[in-house]
Amino acid sequence: MTKLSLTVNGRRVAADIDPRTLLVDFLRNDLRLTGTHVGCDTSQCGACTVHLDGRSVKACAVLAASCEGADVVTIEGLASGTTLHPMQEAFREHHALQCGFCTPGMIMAGVDIVNRHGASVDESTIRKELEGNICRCTGYHNIVRAIETGAATMSSAQGGTKIAAE
Amino acid sequence: MTDQGIGASVKRKEDLRFITGKGQYVDDINRHGQTYAVFARSPVAHATINNIDVSEALASPGVLGVYTGADLAADKIGGLICGWMIHSKDGSPMKAGAHPALAQGKVRYVGDHVAVVIAETLDQAKDAAALIQVDYGELPAVVDVATAQAAGKAQIHDEAPGNTVYQWHLGDKDAVDAAFSNAAHVTKLDITNNRLVPNAMEPRAAIGDYDAGQDQFTLYTTSQNPHVARLVLSAFIGIAPEHKLRVIAPDVGGGFGSKIFIYAEETVCIWAAKKIGRPVKWVAERTEAFLADAHGRDHVTTAELALDASGKILALRANTKANLGAYLSTFASSVPTYLYAPLLSGQYDIPAIYCEVDGVYTTTTPVDAYRGAGRPEATFVVERLLEVAARQTGRDPAEFRRMNFIKSFPHQTPVIMAYDAGNYGASLDKALEMADYKGLAARKAASAKAGKLRGLGFSAYIEACGIAPSRAVGSLGAGVGLWESAEIRVNPVGTIEVLTGSHSHGQGHETTFAQVIASKLGVPIDQVSIVHGDTDKVQMGMGTYGSRSGAVGASAIVKAAEKIVAKGKRVAAACMEVPEDSVDFENGEFLGRGTNKKMTFGEVALQAYVAHKFDPEVIEPGLKEGSFYDPKNFTFPSGVHIAEVEIDPDTGHTRIDRWTAVDDFGILINPMIVEGQVHGGIAQGVGQAMLEHTVYDENGQLITGSLMDYAMPRADDLPSYNVAMTTTPCPSNPLGVKGCGEAGAIAAPPAVINAITDALGHEDIAMPATPQAVWRAVQKMPRKMAAE
Amino acid sequence: MQAFDYRRPGTVNEADLALKAAPGARLLAGGQTLLPTMKLRLATPDTVIDLSAIASLKGIARKDGGLAIGAMTTHATVSEAADVKGTIPGLAALAGGIGDPQVRHRGTIGGSVANNDPAADYPAAVLALGATLNTSKRSIKADDFFQGLFATALDENEILTEIVFPIPQSFAYAKFDQPASRFAIAGVAVARTAGGVRVAVTGAGQGGVFRWTDAEKALSANFSAAALDGVKLDPSNVLSDVHASADYRAHLVGVMARRAVVS
Repeated sequence: MTKLSLTVNGRRVAADIDPRTLLVDFLRNDLRLTGTHVGCDTSQCGACTVHLDGRSVKACAVLAASCEGADVVTIEGLASGTTLHPMQEAFREHHALQCGFCTPGMIMAGVDIVNRHGASVDESTIRKELEGNICRCTGYHNIVRAIETGAATMSSAQGGTKIAAE
Repeated sequence: MTDQGIGASVKRKEDLRFITGKGQYVDDINRHGQTYAVFARSPVAHATINNIDVSEALASPGVLGVYTGADLAADKIGGLICGWMIHSKDGSPMKAGAHPALAQGKVRYVGDHVAVVIAETLDQAKDAAALIQVDYGELPAVVDVATAQAAGKAQIHDEAPGNTVYQWHLGDKDAVDAAFSNAAHVTKLDITNNRLVPNAMEPRAAIGDYDAGQDQFTLYTTSQNPHVARLVLSAFIGIAPEHKLRVIAPDVGGGFGSKIFIYAEETVCIWAAKKIGRPVKWVAERTEAFLADAHGRDHVTTAELALDASGKILALRANTKANLGAYLSTFASSVPTYLYAPLLSGQYDIPAIYCEVDGVYTTTTPVDAYRGAGRPEATFVVERLLEVAARQTGRDPAEFRRMNFIKSFPHQTPVIMAYDAGNYGASLDKALEMADYKGLAARKAASAKAGKLRGLGFSAYIEACGIAPSRAVGSLGAGVGLWESAEIRVNPVGTIEVLTGSHSHGQGHETTFAQVIASKLGVPIDQVSIVHGDTDKVQMGMGTYGSRSGAVGASAIVKAAEKIVAKGKRVAAACMEVPEDSVDFENGEFLGRGTNKKMTFGEVALQAYVAHKFDPEVIEPGLKEGSFYDPKNFTFPSGVHIAEVEIDPDTGHTRIDRWTAVDDFGILINPMIVEGQVHGGIAQGVGQAMLEHTVYDENGQLITGSLMDYAMPRADDLPSYNVAMTTTPCPSNPLGVKGCGEAGAIAAPPAVINAITDALGHEDIAMPATPQAVWRAVQKMPRKMAAE
Repeated sequence: MQAFDYRRPGTVNEADLALKAAPGARLLAGGQTLLPTMKLRLATPDTVIDLSAIASLKGIARKDGGLAIGAMTTHATVSEAADVKGTIPGLAALAGGIGDPQVRHRGTIGGSVANNDPAADYPAAVLALGATLNTSKRSIKADDFFQGLFATALDENEILTEIVFPIPQSFAYAKFDQPASRFAIAGVAVARTAGGVRVAVTGAGQGGVFRWTDAEKALSANFSAAALDGVKLDPSNVLSDVHASADYRAHLVGVMARRAVVS
């Protein structure tokens, strides 16, 4: 067993884990944060995307133990209380989800794309940057619209500066 | 209520839980004391099972049980069923072999379920599963549908000689033969409709739970139709009587047909829960899903179109071999027969059609419905024939289609379907304009100047959905009726629960069904809950597939709402002391005609339950009404999609430059949601046409068995879509809706292939038109047509 | 995955000791290859040594006239670093095209190079630029490092610590992806170095990354796309699979080489 201590959605968490525990399983099973989903076994689909120290990663391709001392944000940590994150609002506004299974990973990826590319990220960049997130329902059109809108509203909410997920 | 009612693009109510990570998918659910199941699957495509030794597995740490087909048989558990009887041309019933939930005697495809291990942890179950020893007597694999019936091929099921399940036909052979012999021109194509792996993003999962105190089973399952699952598990598989079996399909992450069927894994989980005495949970891994989920499509067809000298179509004939896989899945027999051939008229006035279909066993994963289910296969045949015929006779593909369109309705096709309403010319006109068809030549020239090849392809599709009138499908062999149910429970304070037999796994019913209530009863959507997916809550339903939830599911709600209004009027009349037939209902209010008396819906609801103002011998208290709605006809969405592509001849990479979709879905309940369905369908159709390739080797091993080799469309494979609607209301249901869930997947593949062949100046290219395939086609182009 | 002992050393020295103490242990870098492999039980090490806490393995610096990149530096860091963009911009672009963003935020140059996947992008850059690979024991030249599919000159107790790239006159990489895996079917790195033109090909060789000497000769004489006309890669040693047969792949190598020269 390995001792682990890290921050998840702003709260300090300490646990004793089997070292082979993937971050996604730690989140889902140990912390009961089931918003991060498992959609594949080749680390391609992106349904497990979370933020690790401010960057998007696939939680199925990270050992929880490697996150010692790290700062993890999941879909459950994006909203501030009942106030949704601008990207979450944008997904609802643009009907960027249907079955919802890829959605948490898609939203986390979207926030990360905007963090890195800024308010005026263009469609072609968004589509390329979504290479690690597969959706079977939406055909991506509305997801791209949502991320374009999320980009604009994230920036205006913070007066033009980058927002890291809280 | 116009901003919340039918026709409004209301944002979805269900989104909140999904965008905050609070959805409840089956894998998110954990039952106290649950155990974990792992299935041992056959590594070979075809073999006798000579012996299974589970002793090492049983002794493995944490293992609570290891079961095989023999254990199921000892408990008299029945096999998995196919619910649609198809008769061959000679009148004989289809020849189907048994489909046990755990293999008995033989395995018939790589992935066939042989045994199950149930242990305290998932890793322990996996470790133990690897210790199961099976002595297989290998037999030759039979992989290719085109050759599976040949003499000398291994027999997969004793019941089906020549691996032939049925030899079916539809139409008038003599009339077609006569037409062809008089034709001025015949176009002939060999067409393969490539096998697809559905890959909904949520892998299938099940939790079986048994309460010994109540002798009650509960199954959580990723199902599109929990009541059908309960019916089959109870009546045919024999798990428990229906009243002792609750099936819950909570949030489900996509289905596309693959989650309709009743599979081995959920059957074993629910049965094993009683054996083990604890809940049993199974979740598919993705590579497991590639083997274990029903696949789609897989037809090999020879098709011909006969034209007269003026270009009018005289006849169409098709001969199809349909791969059903190693066992018949729940609806498998119907997909290449009654969901396919009756669509071979397309949008065209074709006097004579004849279609023969052989349903064939192979040692591959079972094949069943997948988004479109038979209609993409038919549309591909028709739209490729039309396209090639146009080219061969020097006609513009748009005008050639237009001259053959059906122009008056209702129209009886030669293949059962009677199209009720449509305006195909309007869709074509709008699509041509949106796609800037006139500018194509200039765009082609510009692409050529940049060293690229540009092409444009049409797909004028029609499909039959809103499945289905029960007597009609019953007469065609269906074992079930295809009505839908709705129960409207009005609460005393005027809020509403709608219990629907439909199931939402992406379709947004919690919103669209509430919009129907808002329109019909005037109750705001935030006061309406849509309840679905639990057989303890909703009495009975047939589920969601076949683009039926609008046409059939919502129509049931309308009928129930009519009954609510009728009763409400009686209660209101009593309360307002006016004659019963003098009450009108408008904008959520009951009005005494000719008086200034009125009551709100909420006031009437309260009075219905308080029951102080009417005689209970005359009017029962309460305000709750249900309806089982059986559609009068299939519905017939139709439209025109236009794809424009640009090919890089150096690499064969094909970029979709623009996509135009003009669809007629009749009345739209929520245009935003309808467009989303079109987007998603197009993406799957593009996937079939360009990316998705399910390849078996000659030993029946699935080579493209993971996302590393099976190319799912990503955002950068697709463009944004230009989507518009035309409207001819559906005359056969109260809402006038046709349904929209599958249209994109039906329309898209021929549009793509027609565009690529246009770019290449070729007649044909097989699906998927991968970069390699396109590059090879480029190499065959005349030198001057290929890039400089 | 199967159970393992887990170590997370804080220094290279500790990692070295941990490696010696556990023969057959696997080093965990970014995990973007090793963890999926372990999940499928294709790799079942008894011990995993996690390098992610070793700060000295991360970072980019000018060194010995070249660019030294720590083995645990992520692809994202390389793609965004001013030092890389300012000296070998084609290398930053290559790093920015590996996998997807999530992979780039975890995957490392050391992990990629030590793994030597025949379709990985970095090996082509390392070989074309004639980099030097420094380990816990020695320095190895790129030409001596890559030894076949998933095989390198690293021995079992050796840790790759940094890669030093000489600054070239020019460097560019062009690739064509397999649509499902998004790995290269053909990736060509072209460098004009102090020692001449070097062309390294990934995704195509049956023995992994290799130098295309015919292309190097042609480009040395005349550095232009036209110089590659008539220079064809012999398909007989080229990989063939359901996505790309040998002749198509060999053709793509030529196309990508031209694109790298032109860019």
